[in-house]
Amino acid sequence: MEFFRIRRDIPFMRHALAFNAVSLITFLAAIFFLFSNGLNLSVEFTGGTLMEVNYPHAVDLEGARKAVQSLGLKDVQVQNFGSSQDILVRLPAIKGGANSSQNDQVFAALKSADPSAELRRTEFVGPQVGDELAIDGLKALAFVVAGIMLYLAIRFEWKFSVAAIVANLHDVIIILGFFAFFQWEFSLPVLAAVLAVLGYSVNESVVIFDRIRENFRRFRKLTTIQVIDNAITSTMSRTIITHGCTQLMVLSMLLFGGPSLHYFALALTIGILFGIYSSVFVAAAIAMWLGIEREDLMKAGSSKGSDPDDPNSGAVV
Amino acid sequence: MNRYAIWKYLTIAVALLVGGLYTLPNFFGEAPAVQVSSAKPSRPLPTDLPTVVDTALLASGLHPQASSFDPHSFKARFANNDEQLKAKDAIEKALNPNLANPDYVVALNLVSRSPAWLTSLNAFPMYLGLDLRGGVHFMLQVDMQAALTKKAEALGGDLRTAFRENNIRHAGINRNGQSLEVLFHEEATLTSATHMVQDQWPDFTALSSKQGENFLLTLSLKPEAARRVQQQAIKQNITTLHNRINELGVAEPVIQQQGLDRIVVQLPGVQDTAKAKDILGRTATLEVRMVDDSSEAKSAELSANGVVPFGDERFLERSGQAVIVKKQVLLTGENLTDAQPGFDNQTQEAAVHLTLDAKGARIFRDVTRENVGKRMAILLFEKGKGEVVTDPVIRSEIGGGRVQISGRMSTQEANDVALLLRAGSLAAPMEIIEERSIGPSLGAENIAKGFDSVTWGFVGVASFMVIYYLFFGLISSVSLAVNLLLLVALLSMLQATLTLPGMAAMALVLGMAIDANVLINERVREELRSGVSPQAAIHAGYDRAWATILDSNVTTLIAGLALLAFGSGPVRGFAVVHCLGIMTSMFSSVFFSRGLINLWYGRQKKLVSVSIGTVWRPNGDTPTSTKSLGAE
Repeated sequence: MEFFRIRRDIPFMRHALAFNAVSLITFLAAIFFLFSNGLNLSVEFTGGTLMEVNYPHAVDLEGARKAVQSLGLKDVQVQNFGSSQDILVRLPAIKGGANSSQNDQVFAALKSADPSAELRRTEFVGPQVGDELAIDGLKALAFVVAGIMLYLAIRFEWKFSVAAIVANLHDVIIILGFFAFFQWEFSLPVLAAVLAVLGYSVNESVVIFDRIRENFRRFRKLTTIQVIDNAITSTMSRTIITHGCTQLMVLSMLLFGGPSLHYFALALTIGILFGIYSSVFVAAAIAMWLGIEREDLMKAGSSKGSDPDDPNSGAVV
Repeated sequence: MNRYAIWKYLTIAVALLVGGLYTLPNFFGEAPAVQVSSAKPSRPLPTDLPTVVDTALLASGLHPQASSFDPHSFKARFANNDEQLKAKDAIEKALNPNLANPDYVVALNLVSRSPAWLTSLNAFPMYLGLDLRGGVHFMLQVDMQAALTKKAEALGGDLRTAFRENNIRHAGINRNGQSLEVLFHEEATLTSATHMVQDQWPDFTALSSKQGENFLLTLSLKPEAARRVQQQAIKQNITTLHNRINELGVAEPVIQQQGLDRIVVQLPGVQDTAKAKDILGRTATLEVRMVDDSSEAKSAELSANGVVPFGDERFLERSGQAVIVKKQVLLTGENLTDAQPGFDNQTQEAAVHLTLDAKGARIFRDVTRENVGKRMAILLFEKGKGEVVTDPVIRSEIGGGRVQISGRMSTQEANDVALLLRAGSLAAPMEIIEERSIGPSLGAENIAKGFDSVTWGFVGVASFMVIYYLFFGLISSVSLAVNLLLLVALLSMLQATLTLPGMAAMALVLGMAIDANVLINERVREELRSGVSPQAAIHAGYDRAWATILDSNVTTLIAGLALLAFGSGPVRGFAVVHCLGIMTSMFSSVFFSRGLINLWYGRQKKLVSVSIGTVWRPNGDTPTSTKSLGAE
């Protein structure tokens, strides 16, 4: 089987402007939704209490609500979760209050309303922890960005590292935009997924850049644009297949992983889809705008070029 | 050119063997078990414990399937839950004759069913996190400011006494936050006070300034001393928590320091969060009272149901010996600032050194002066139940607030007593800032979901690879399976905690690891397309893909390390598996798969075709199958 039967290089770079415009528009839309809607942050970030309660039968949501409200707590949310037999109770954190005893009270109230209630899971996070997690998340993001840029700058050249990081950060923003638009819950595992996607989709850019470098060495007569087009065309098959395989895994998580992994898998799905787009169409285009030249890479690759084992070394004259 | 040196095959064989061996325990599942551990943390289990337990079990007609013993825990495995519960009762009865004061913690647990020879190789199943096995997780924040304030307050008391004793006249001592301000009318007294503080309390810095007519001496704790106070506070709180949690009868509690001022407590299998919180937050109190030496009290001490004289109370020593003490409380734990095990300077006997604050020291001096030759008891109250920690005889008047308890004590006992005395009160108050509880049914569901995700994802990817790349795809799938095997083996070996996000990472890492094989296979196809001979194509495919694989794995690893460094809780669990998986994937998808390919194709001198699926050529109009790709 062979999916991709491409006769000649596809002139991707001719449409670079259009591709970049598309990503700019999605990017701006994502930013707009991030600011207008905001992220629906999970308890881990906001602080508060979350309880999952299971009943052997369909839940009387009103009854459960009344039971909880009888405690006189403010801003309590009671909703169905997953199935009609499960409810999710959310309580906001009280500054300086005895937060950790809240869930015991609430569960006692639910239990007295319906003795068949079973506590499946509770999660309480104090307000001080939430702020910290948000800061740690930003730190991790900064670390990933700096680390990847540094590595690519050493391995290739600064123009590539800038292009790769711009392209992939724009993926991150778009994932966040989706979460803001649909008001999906942004939890710690989702954060992990976002950062994993960042590391993963940089791969794509790396593979294409690798090819660009090799092409510069092999085809001395081609222009930069032709080199890039050829690199994208020849790696496209691999890009689609790899992403397809990863997506297959993520799909399996989406189908079998249950509610705990749902948003995690969703973030990965968006990340993988946009990752293909941005690393194929955006990263190389940005590198092109930044003006990559043969000379930029020949320096970085000189040690490799003189490798006697390299079957190419004879071809390059 | 596609041959591997013999050592490379040996490396692969060893990796597979070790990987297989350490993955094995995960397949045996778990069996109900009873675990016995010492109720006193610093004391190992006696070596004859297994025989004691065995006889007790035999007496009640129970036969453990297997048992293991080390100085900290004894585990016996049973066929079913019913036997497990019966065995727990039997063991409890045999080991703890006095239920009010248990020597051992007897808890229900699950142990691996894996055979003894595996366990002796230190091969254990993966350590499951709370979200997979159920239990409670707490994060407690220690109020360090309170610990420092307490220290400053203690100094204030001490200073008052010291100034009085040295005839230094001051115009008032005030605590301002965590520093003390002492006011003097004369400069001469200020100087002598400064000298005294520098001599006696080297932990504090003394700063003098002029305030109108008066002189002000500001004392504040040096940063390194403050750090030490905080470290001690957190250590003491951890010890106290250990003691309390022992009571809950949890098989494998985790109590760890996290960061500078936090403690994480994990109690697998515990469902009752309210009770757990109650026990964690309980305060124990320490009291010093006199032992009643009258003849009535003596006789009451000897017989278990003798009449306790009026105004006295009966308490039990840790050995079970009754002690009759007076009701009047001389000192409480508030006046005790420290208790450390050590040795007597003269006799070199094991001893416990106590440090009292100024008020405590004064009372203690008065009490000891009046009661030389009599016994005093130090009692620990928890849950309103008192216990005599120690009841030494007063040899002479003790001033200065430094007390030494010695005589008839082993080093071990000295350690225990010091620990108990310190545990009498938490060094600093704690607050629960994070709590998570997962029911056992949800845990089991999570395992099933994580397992399903990995399995079906794997099946999907492997079938695609085989269909698309034929034999090369099969090799890729085998490498992917090896990757999973090595990852599970590594996780089992390191006993890293596996959580649901960790299982997600496992699935994700497999999805990413296949990238390396796709790169290689695509590269080999490309080489074939450009008309290179199969052997050369394999060689070039692997060689050229390697640089790309390395680059892409490094960038993924950077993201993984960032998560590991800055992540907490669920993110950490994800990151550990993610990072390990990237490492194992480099080995399996490049080194191992090349080994298989070399083994299959490398020996064939005249290789005319390889099974890698269709290699389509743009110049030929019809796609050529590799089967017909002859030597040109």
